[in-house]
Amino acid sequence: MSTIISLPDQSTARIPKVNFITKENGLLSWLLTGDHKRIAMLYLASITFFFAIGGALAGLIRLELLTPQSDLMATDTYNKVFTMHGVVMIFLFLVPSVPATLGNFLIPIMIGAKDLALPKINLLSWYLYVAGGIMVLYTMAAGGVDTGWTFTTPLSTHYLNTNVLSTGIAIFIAGFSSIFTGLNFIVTIHKMRAPGMTWFRLPLFVWSHYAASILMVLGTPVLAIALVLVILERTMGIGVFDAAKGGDPILFQHLFWFYSHPAVYIMILPGMGVISEVISTFSRKRVFGYTAVAFSSVAIAVFGFFVWEHHMFIMGVSTYSTLVFSLLTMLVAVPSAIKIFNWSFTLYKGSITFETPMLYAFGFMGLFTIGGLTGVFLGTTGTDIHLTETYFIVAHFHFVMVGGMLMAFLAGIHFWWPKMTGRMYPEKISQLAALITFIGFNFTFFPQFILGTLGMPRRYAAYPAEFQVLNVFSTAGATILGVGYLLPILYLTWSLRYGEIAGNNPWQATGLEWQIQSPPLTENFAEIPIVDHDAYDYDWLERKHVHEREVTSV
Amino acid sequence: MEQQVDATGFAMWLFLLTEIMFFGGLFTAYLIYRNWYYPAFVAGSHQLSILWGTLNTGVLITSSFTMAMGVWCAETRRKGGLVLCLVLTFLLGLVFLGIKTIEYSEKIEKHHVPGFHYSLKSFTDPNSDEAAKTAGDKPLPLDMARHTEMYFGLYFAMTGMHALHMIIGIAILAFMIVRAQAGAYTTGHITFVENFGLYWHFVDIVWIFLFPLLYLISRHG
Amino acid sequence: MDHISQVLWQFLIKWLTNFSLYPPEASKIAPQMDALYFFMVLVSLIGMTIVILLVAGFSILYSKKRHPVAVQIEGSTLLEATWTIIPLGLFLIMFVWGALVYFRVYTPPANAMNIYVVGKQWMWKAEHPGGQHEINALHIPTGRPIQLTIISQDVFHSFSIPAFRVKREAIPGRYTSVWFEATKTGTYHLFCTQYCGTNHSAMIGEIVVLTPDDYKKWLADSTSGMSLAQNGERLFASLSCAACHNGRADSRGPSLAGVFGTRLPLANGQSALADEAYLREAILNPSEHVTQGYSPIMPTYQGQISEDGVISLVEYIKNLHSNDRVEQTLNTTTLLPEGEGKAASASAAAGPTSAKQGMVKQ
Repeated sequence: MSTIISLPDQSTARIPKVNFITKENGLLSWLLTGDHKRIAMLYLASITFFFAIGGALAGLIRLELLTPQSDLMATDTYNKVFTMHGVVMIFLFLVPSVPATLGNFLIPIMIGAKDLALPKINLLSWYLYVAGGIMVLYTMAAGGVDTGWTFTTPLSTHYLNTNVLSTGIAIFIAGFSSIFTGLNFIVTIHKMRAPGMTWFRLPLFVWSHYAASILMVLGTPVLAIALVLVILERTMGIGVFDAAKGGDPILFQHLFWFYSHPAVYIMILPGMGVISEVISTFSRKRVFGYTAVAFSSVAIAVFGFFVWEHHMFIMGVSTYSTLVFSLLTMLVAVPSAIKIFNWSFTLYKGSITFETPMLYAFGFMGLFTIGGLTGVFLGTTGTDIHLTETYFIVAHFHFVMVGGMLMAFLAGIHFWWPKMTGRMYPEKISQLAALITFIGFNFTFFPQFILGTLGMPRRYAAYPAEFQVLNVFSTAGATILGVGYLLPILYLTWSLRYGEIAGNNPWQATGLEWQIQSPPLTENFAEIPIVDHDAYDYDWLERKHVHEREVTSV
Repeated sequence: MEQQVDATGFAMWLFLLTEIMFFGGLFTAYLIYRNWYYPAFVAGSHQLSILWGTLNTGVLITSSFTMAMGVWCAETRRKGGLVLCLVLTFLLGLVFLGIKTIEYSEKIEKHHVPGFHYSLKSFTDPNSDEAAKTAGDKPLPLDMARHTEMYFGLYFAMTGMHALHMIIGIAILAFMIVRAQAGAYTTGHITFVENFGLYWHFVDIVWIFLFPLLYLISRHG
Repeated sequence: MDHISQVLWQFLIKWLTNFSLYPPEASKIAPQMDALYFFMVLVSLIGMTIVILLVAGFSILYSKKRHPVAVQIEGSTLLEATWTIIPLGLFLIMFVWGALVYFRVYTPPANAMNIYVVGKQWMWKAEHPGGQHEINALHIPTGRPIQLTIISQDVFHSFSIPAFRVKREAIPGRYTSVWFEATKTGTYHLFCTQYCGTNHSAMIGEIVVLTPDDYKKWLADSTSGMSLAQNGERLFASLSCAACHNGRADSRGPSLAGVFGTRLPLANGQSALADEAYLREAILNPSEHVTQGYSPIMPTYQGQISEDGVISLVEYIKNLHSNDRVEQTLNTTTLLPEGEGKAASASAAAGPTSAKQGMVKQ
């Protein structure tokens, strides 16, 4: 099979002696670093850890659901397991995943800067994330919490005596980590671009992170205040959401979803940025409709703020308001469709190869399309009545988050692994892992669409026997999916020591990050580049290679 | 370097935007419940002391002035002036907190703290209460009187959150006074002082909104 | 067949004969909602096919082996317009169609029979107007529009009947409602679909749809005690509502006969429709719902009456068309003396709660 991987001669190639990893040694040099690349690696380690925890919890859920009865664990325990699964996966994995690892690592390099605008705030971000994570671990050790990740009041304020307080505080702290990351990105992208790097020469990865950062900065504080009010209601009896005191539990729903809907776009937009980069590189072509893709990211961010009530269509809100929010939901679906088609047409008349990142990108395109389309089923008020609060919703968000976002994350990790570590991952086994993941994913989550249409509610520890077959399918798929996720953790770790030396640009890609050494210097660039070409300019790359060959042959 | 200065200023404005969103949630709750339970909010508001509230407003506005003067001193490299301005701002901040403590203890005495032996007496029987009598309040029916607890819940949440931001500001001021005395801000690097000034002005502006919304509901003459 | 075990064979047969992709359509709205659903499935399938064809097709046609040199294409405004407008158009069709279905589900016809549902951790209580009470079950006839007026006693729950394609949140502090007309007899699932704590998955039950004759039989068999309205009448008297709401010229409160469904002018200048939600609010938060021309002296009954009690009172008032029987209760029960109206508010003001009467049996 054709490949574009071009590695240096392995008998003579070496990892560059001076790079951001070897620059300084010792634990403190990592824990007190201001280098965005080191912080990215710190994040990568910590989110992998929490992903493993979230994944183990998912395994427990699927095991319980093998049988209709609640027989593996007590119902209370099951409720805690799915709550912690949601909290860990959303706040400690999905929200930071691409921005905090790949975004942190790449954005300064992609715009031609030496670091982010606020390196100390970046480090603070990581510490806040860790603090939030430790609080979540404490919560689990203290017996867990069983509110569901959505913290619905009055259940969370008055009817549970599990660790709501510590979870609320944990998410509050982790939220600030997200706010500071977004803040850093916006300032960096505005103020630190290299000379010649105009807005419309930026890689689409940067555009998507910019859009996601707007959401992080404006949306997360509203979650923070919603959590504060829940905490006040639990501890001090301030009854803002308490019907008995004249408060309104629906107000909590509004405040919570005002963040939590933009949150899903915070989660997916960076992944979409990865896909743009990967599809372009592995078709050797500029992205079709660059401007459309860039603007669609911003459109998703803006529209994403105005659709939150579609999570509340059956909660007795005014029917006229449902009209408005359903219409806006239809509008927010369109930019995503635009992207899918633009990526498809990037393939047109390209020169396509199928390395692992590209396989994950294809998986993303198929699965995100299904996930996105099923979102329209839910944004349509009429069908939402039947489908909401069932496994249809569970399937929908797992398709977009796991089939979409997680695949994009894996695509990005594989794509930039050689840049971050200087070593290639093993291609054959990684392609196998991508395939296993894709198959496992479909087996796990597609049956859940059917379960939802049949009416099986979500968050059920026990269910009527007629739903068992589909649940068994789903659990079987989950086992396969687990293998698919385990493999990368294993072989990526292996590659750190035994992987082939990658050189600067194993993919022959166009971004600024591929023009510097792998792993990069601490200051990224020996001298700040002056940018005179568009992103994805393969002609420029070709001219550069010709020039280099001429120089070296002298 | 100029890029760095420019960047941190921009970052501070963005951060203040997040703070607006944060307080926004509280203001939203306030607007909704004031609309639903207006008589209770009137009665609750009449329980607050206009004297202390106005005094506090004056204190904060003055402290914003001293802070702005401090920034000017830093810009014009007047170390003594800067330290003086920062100290004044610090002291005014403490005065604000002191007055808030007085107000809070008053509320605690009168059992107007939600969740802690909350008493409806001042609202169902205004003649028993100095503040209500002076304001000329009529007795509230029981169900409306119960909603005063919502007013006080929001009062404590909003002024409490504001006071928390004041405390953080005052702590940073203390740090800044020490550094200013050592000359850190009068050698041309004034970004820290400038950006803190933005933060302090923001905290002041939040109070400018809180004061009329909480203290001045239906006050006549 | 010898190499397939008996167990597996039985399992396969059972599954294949019972397999379905969607629940039975047992209500009038179900086929309408399914039509929209299948339209969306169709559009999704076509969309998916297009995307898969594009991606797979281009990947094969333009693989590096077949097409070694890429052609740099900036874009095409025509294509952008096409794949913006067509999806938008399709989504808007779905939006309008869905909105119509949604309105239909939540706009009950005037002649709907009302059944009250109270959800609490972790069971459903259904209260028929005739006084039949059901727990985790609901017996209904075919061919009759039925409105459910739903409320929760504690946390959010959600009343879901997949076979009817209806679902509605049960919220503490306010009524929500949904309606349906059953078309097929049989027994169908009732689920709670809003996570509500430990036994959320046990909060399930049966919707039993009977022919109208069987339903009449069931009603007759299961009546025990008073109808909701009769219970409400009893409460009306024992809570002394009649002291003020008696239709006399000098009464302190407005007459309630025939008030349900009318538009009431309120003391604050606005007007309100006197539906179930209004009646409930007027009982629990009376000073915010004072009818024009009357003083805000009605004491609140919050804390003295359960949601079941409120439902009984609401049902009573709904069916109250004259004050004759109210007059009778005035004459036959011990009433508070004339000046009690003022005294009551004074005593209510003096103490923290007016729980003098305690909770009346409801």
